[in-house]
Amino acid sequence: MVYPLVVTKRMMEHPADSHTMKRYEATGGYVAARQSVGQTREELVELVKASGLLGRGGAAFSAGLKWSFLAPARPAYLVVNGDESEPGTFKDRQLMERDPHQIVEGMIIAAKANEVHDSFVYIRGEYPKPARRLQQAVADAYAKGYLGKGIFGTDYDLELTVHLGAGAYICGEETALLNSLEGRRGEPRIKPPYFPAAKGLYMKPTIVNNIETISNLPHIINQGSEWFAGLSDSADTGTFMMSISGHVNKPGNYELPHGLTWREVIYDVAGGIRNGNELKAWVPGGASAPWFVPELHLDRPVTKEACAADGSMLGSGAIIVMDHTTDMVGAAERLVAFFAEESCGQCTPCREGTTWLDMILQRVLNGAGRDADIDLLLDVADNISVGLGWPPKQTTICPLGPSAVSPVMSLVRHFRDEVEAHIASAPHSGGQGVAVSIRGIA
Amino acid sequence: MSWSAETIKRAHDIVARYPEPRSAVMPLLYLAMRQDGYLTADGMKQVADLVGITPAQVQSVATFYVMFKTEPKGKYLISMCTSISCYLMGADDVLHAIEEASGVPAGEADDEIGVEHAECIGACGGAPACLVNYELIEGLTVEKAKELVRWLRDGKPETINGDELQTLFGSVTSFDWAIKEDNAAIGPYPAFPVFGTAAQNTDALEPGRGA
Ligand SMILES: Cc1cc2nc3c(=O)[nH]c(=O)nc-3n(C[C@H](O)[C@H](O)[C@H](O)COP(=O)(O)O)c2cc1C
Ligand code: SF4
Ligand code: FES
Repeated sequence: MVYPLVVTKRMMEHPADSHTMKRYEATGGYVAARQSVGQTREELVELVKASGLLGRGGAAFSAGLKWSFLAPARPAYLVVNGDESEPGTFKDRQLMERDPHQIVEGMIIAAKANEVHDSFVYIRGEYPKPARRLQQAVADAYAKGYLGKGIFGTDYDLELTVHLGAGAYICGEETALLNSLEGRRGEPRIKPPYFPAAKGLYMKPTIVNNIETISNLPHIINQGSEWFAGLSDSADTGTFMMSISGHVNKPGNYELPHGLTWREVIYDVAGGIRNGNELKAWVPGGASAPWFVPELHLDRPVTKEACAADGSMLGSGAIIVMDHTTDMVGAAERLVAFFAEESCGQCTPCREGTTWLDMILQRVLNGAGRDADIDLLLDVADNISVGLGWPPKQTTICPLGPSAVSPVMSLVRHFRDEVEAHIASAPHSGGQGVAVSIRGIA
Repeated sequence: MSWSAETIKRAHDIVARYPEPRSAVMPLLYLAMRQDGYLTADGMKQVADLVGITPAQVQSVATFYVMFKTEPKGKYLISMCTSISCYLMGADDVLHAIEEASGVPAGEADDEIGVEHAECIGACGGAPACLVNYELIEGLTVEKAKELVRWLRDGKPETINGDELQTLFGSVTSFDWAIKEDNAAIGPYPAFPVFGTAAQNTDALEPGRGA
């Protein structure tokens, strides 16, 4: 099947130089930015609202609606989120490396729509190569007068600064990101204020959008909101990027239409399971998403709505596929360990709870599990997210803590027998277990 | 090491890019790492003076982020991803191979090589993956990881280039890298020309706001 491409079209057609100004302009680049600099905020906001574009950073919030919430105080800022750190997600890296001008152009459009004269891209510190590519594109755009004072010969000024993080997943959460950009510890802010659009960077109105969200903007300007909305039958319009990893034959990033089935995504797009193995389970939308299993979900559509109805989410578009050789306790431990490591430490349920969940899973894995450990896991999980429902209830400042509950619940719901088997194989399952680190971390 | 006039100028240029000076703390901490190889008390004091906050405030920022190292990490820092997708593809074995071949347990460093486990580095389609001075290798194996350690120990490369690493030690990638790049890392911090932390800093140092 050939699917219509939007944000990856140029890099697929021109692999050798899709990152250059020359190729970008030869393929219609900066036409949309030039046009939108002459448009009003109302026109641009209405256009993006009508396109139905939803944020691609995980929360799937309408981009146009978010823009319309921007408080009237000025200066306002635009901050693009390139922190991409959700396990399984690597789409924004490709967009930054292979089509950086698309991001610069998208930012010019978003800046004009929100009356912003000062914009930033926050890229995770582990991505120096994407940052170098984007910085080169920014420098080229300045040289051409597309950024800086009086862009495109108008009287509109726009600065764009590439900023590097330094290794903290939590800085992907938008208020943590803003604290980090202010030169502080990357701790999520206590809400309210709920939206950076009201009080964001330096407590000024701020739009935070994801790299992929921004990359769509030039195309919406050029081809119209109806075209963009028409690419999809779902309320989630346009295309979306999926990062597929794990035990598939063809891992990678794929730009896909909404509404394929999971069977099509895993077996057709990603080439099926390695060595002809059996599919055991998959994570549908990043480490925070409850798992899907073939018996229940393989023929369900890959849409925001269907995932929500099935108690999970598409989130950041990261699919992690596990075959029948996978030790599901091991997989859950690894996911929980991520959240334990990345907890910023502000909230007790998150800081302590994720660490306890990880220690219990480690001892079960290491043959020191106790009979009561499943109940204990559920009890600790319930203290982090009361009621253990979906979407998870939050006892914490941000959703990171409750995210760690997803793998635990998925494990107990679908693979309880495996946990019990691990515990039964422990020599003294009724006695004291010892948690042993398997990765040299405390 | 006290900062050269050129480095101080670069620091001022970076501060000028932001609406408020404090926002420059993180870039300046990278500059400080470039000076000494890691963050020293002097380096953090220098950063504090440049942005007008206290050394304690700088330290509280520095200690929040894993890439700001307050201890030496050698010349080459190997960060092996052990998150879910890499774990599923055998990352633990690769990390053990790196530890054995280098004689450096994860979390530690000798004068030359530092080894650490990392959380997802955004290379899950090319799992298992690692970074050497934050330049990427995708599609590692136990054998190739051992070769990597020997190559670093014996060859003592001055700079670390991602394309070279990938050609020598990698295989499957998350996506087609397509375009070769000349720039390279010079120490255990990200190579970014604006910070003067790359082999070639012939910037792309676009002036922006400061100009
Ligand atoms: C723990 C956590 C981590 C997040 N990480 C990212 C991230 O790496 N990249 C991203 O774009 N959004 C991330 N988000 C979502 C952002 O907070 C924010 O919603 C998003 O950047 C807004 O852009 P969008 O509306 O265009 O999606 C994260 C959220 C949470 C709670
Ligand atoms: S939930 Fe966790 S990561 Fe989020 S603010 Fe609280 S402690 Fe920090
Ligand atoms: S899980 Fe290793 S790079 Fe993402």
